[in-house]
Amino acid sequence: MITLTEATGTVGAAPLGAGVPLLGRANPLRDPRDRRLPRIAGPSGLVIFGVTGDLSRKKLMPAVYDLANRGLLPPGFSLVGFARREWADQDFAQVVHDAVEQHARTPFREEVWQQLAQGMHFVPGDFDDDQAFEQLREAVEQLDTSRGTSGNYAFYLSVPPRFFPRVVQQLEKHGLAEAPPGSWRRAVIEKPFGHGLASARALNALVHEVFAPDQVFRIDHYLGKETVQNILALRFANQMFEPVWSRSYVDHVQITMAEDIGIGGRAGYYDGIGSARDVIQNHLLQLLALTAMEEPASFDAESLLTEKLKILKAVKLPEDLGEHTVRAQYTGSWQGGERVLGYLEEDGIDPSSMTDTYAAIKLEIDNRRWAGVPFYLRTGKRLGRRVTEIAVVFQRAPYSPFDSTATEELGSNAIVIRVQPDEGMTVRFGSKVPGTSMEIRDVSMDFAYGESFTESSPEAYERLILDVLLGDANLFPRTEEVEESWRILDPIEEYWATHGVPAKYPAGSWGPPEADEMLARDGRSWRRP
Amino acid sequence: MKLDLNDTTATDVNKALLQARRASGTPAVGMVLTMVVVIDEEFAYDAMRAAQQASQEHPSRTVVVIRRHPRSPRDRTHSRLDAEVRLAADAGPGETVVLRLYGEVRDHAQSVVLPLLLPDAPVVVWWPVDAPDKPAEDPLGALAQRRITDMDACPDPLGELEKRAAAYAPGDTDLAWTRLTLWRSALAAALDQEHAPVRSVAVEAEPGNPSAELLLRWLRARLEVSGEVRPSAGPAITAVRLETDRGDVSVVREDGPLATLTLPGQPPRSLALKIRPTSELIAEELRRLDADDMYEIALRGAGATSGSAADAGAV
Repeated sequence: MITLTEATGTVGAAPLGAGVPLLGRANPLRDPRDRRLPRIAGPSGLVIFGVTGDLSRKKLMPAVYDLANRGLLPPGFSLVGFARREWADQDFAQVVHDAVEQHARTPFREEVWQQLAQGMHFVPGDFDDDQAFEQLREAVEQLDTSRGTSGNYAFYLSVPPRFFPRVVQQLEKHGLAEAPPGSWRRAVIEKPFGHGLASARALNALVHEVFAPDQVFRIDHYLGKETVQNILALRFANQMFEPVWSRSYVDHVQITMAEDIGIGGRAGYYDGIGSARDVIQNHLLQLLALTAMEEPASFDAESLLTEKLKILKAVKLPEDLGEHTVRAQYTGSWQGGERVLGYLEEDGIDPSSMTDTYAAIKLEIDNRRWAGVPFYLRTGKRLGRRVTEIAVVFQRAPYSPFDSTATEELGSNAIVIRVQPDEGMTVRFGSKVPGTSMEIRDVSMDFAYGESFTESSPEAYERLILDVLLGDANLFPRTEEVEESWRILDPIEEYWATHGVPAKYPAGSWGPPEADEMLARDGRSWRRP
Repeated sequence: MKLDLNDTTATDVNKALLQARRASGTPAVGMVLTMVVVIDEEFAYDAMRAAQQASQEHPSRTVVVIRRHPRSPRDRTHSRLDAEVRLAADAGPGETVVLRLYGEVRDHAQSVVLPLLLPDAPVVVWWPVDAPDKPAEDPLGALAQRRITDMDACPDPLGELEKRAAAYAPGDTDLAWTRLTLWRSALAAALDQEHAPVRSVAVEAEPGNPSAELLLRWLRARLEVSGEVRPSAGPAITAVRLETDRGDVSVVREDGPLATLTLPGQPPRSLALKIRPTSELIAEELRRLDADDMYEIALRGAGATSGSAADAGAV
């Protein structure tokens, strides 16, 4: 178990002191052998656009505080908020204070807050407002002298995608995107990265015109989760899993991301996008890539990208998309003891909307390791419960010396990686039921993070923000991956747009009967996660 | 759940653990290490609390070894082992076994502890006070990968420091060193920003503070400069000053948890630098269980490295 902590710790861990500008000589107080000193970000600041939004209050600000509390932010770290509010610096600090108290993972400590609060600034303004950006530039320059941020800034675009072009252009126009010699300027963007290959390319072109591709960090918060990073540790730091991780032993793989909530207040964003674009294109295809990829030459961003891209390029769509893909919408029903509305009855949704709230697709990977092994991906809103997992289901034993009654209750062996909640891993296999007769039944062997490493899992955003400041791109999908993922999904979306209508499933169930039929055609069935 | 076993053996303790686990439905899996705490009755409560809080982060089996002082001549000859098994609600995420040793068995504690170690998992021994002179050669210390001492809890901390330096073996560590992590981290971050070579160093601390001495030795070894510890009113370390050509780099903690970092040509900044409770120190210690080469360098100076430090690569 201990080796496992260390393995997860080193996945993607840059040498100590990475991100520290390589000016002059190396810092004599840092030494790779000194493992108590944390990977601390170099002098830097974070500018958040759309700082009043939900993501910023619930995730970003608490993550910044948690990082400070763990001593991972440099002294003088500055947080600059930009939004259309008439706030002074103190008002902004109060908002951050409230967000931190409510949502931070680690306990609130006054001295940490003091350290952080001194570096907080707020710039009021609109994205079209030249004066506001001019003010932002001045604020940034002033922080360089007053806080020693050395010109290093990350710009976090926590804004709807339609504002991306505007903000990026303004940053360029006011000289904010251009790093002074010896420092860096980085852009952090959230999904969606376009809504199809063409728009993704347009967006990439636009951002890359201003920021160099390796200075653009795309947040896929799934990749910041410990369990997801642990997939690599599990596969490549151990000897016992990799030999069976291929078509010789694996029957199929199921990757599920289920949510129990509906679309809530996101109607404007969600309608027209749908679950496949929202989830499969980024999260599920990334999980597929990590599950299926070959061992990278090393754990740097370049090698990981190479291997993930190879897998994504080898992904093959089924010939008959009608038979092997399903999309659906939830209908009003009872979920967990509550009466909930159907998708078409939700506020702000066109009653004739064709948007999918559930999508299941079958993919194959054309390479020596995986040829013939289907990967079933499904996601949906208003499903039974909130869960994300990867299940690698194995073939049955080729020959059983036990008679069929003895193994009646024996299913297929499986390794299930639970990404959330209750992060961990389950191995399912058959075991003899105690007693005189020979009867074999499925049992689970369980590893839970909550049990083995209580309270040590940082939030995904903590890890990702720290990596942005350190310039470590391991856990961020690159342009090529985003475009390759759209190449996979686009034909499916086109097929759905021109063929038939979405199936229906009652809210609170595990999806439409059509999805069960889709697997039944292959002689398989969905796991109940 | 709490079980008391009088005049017992390690075998019976193991049986009781198994039964208690069955009864409460919690499996033994998921515990990552065995922590042996060697302590007097007097200090047992505090040490156990710290160990239990640390086990929030590292679920472990805690074996507390209490050597009882004999009161009568009969006690001295009659050998007896009493055990207390705590599980679930009474022991946090792990499980705790308190062993009380009477008479002759006091000198053979390892015979009781050995059968109670978790299979495969690493073993840590912690002496909150009164550590043996040579921890690695102690019969209990020899069972462990990691041996935690605390020179600050000794009557003569600086004398203790010399003893630790003389007896160092890979796997040794001391809470006086753990207490420095935040300071060292702040100083390293300061030198990330200030690149002028350091001329000399000064550590200000209350007299006799072993952490201050360790910090000074570490700075001297890493920066290859001279320096001294200057007395101050405390608490613990109050300031570190690094003299450079461009001015002083200093971290000053007058009182309270907020320190001030000053770099040449830059305005002073606040820095959270609190004195951490023992449970946090123990939790930090348990995060890494390999030899702490940097501690050895701080103890003995840069030249004298043993074993793993030498082959870990150039500085």
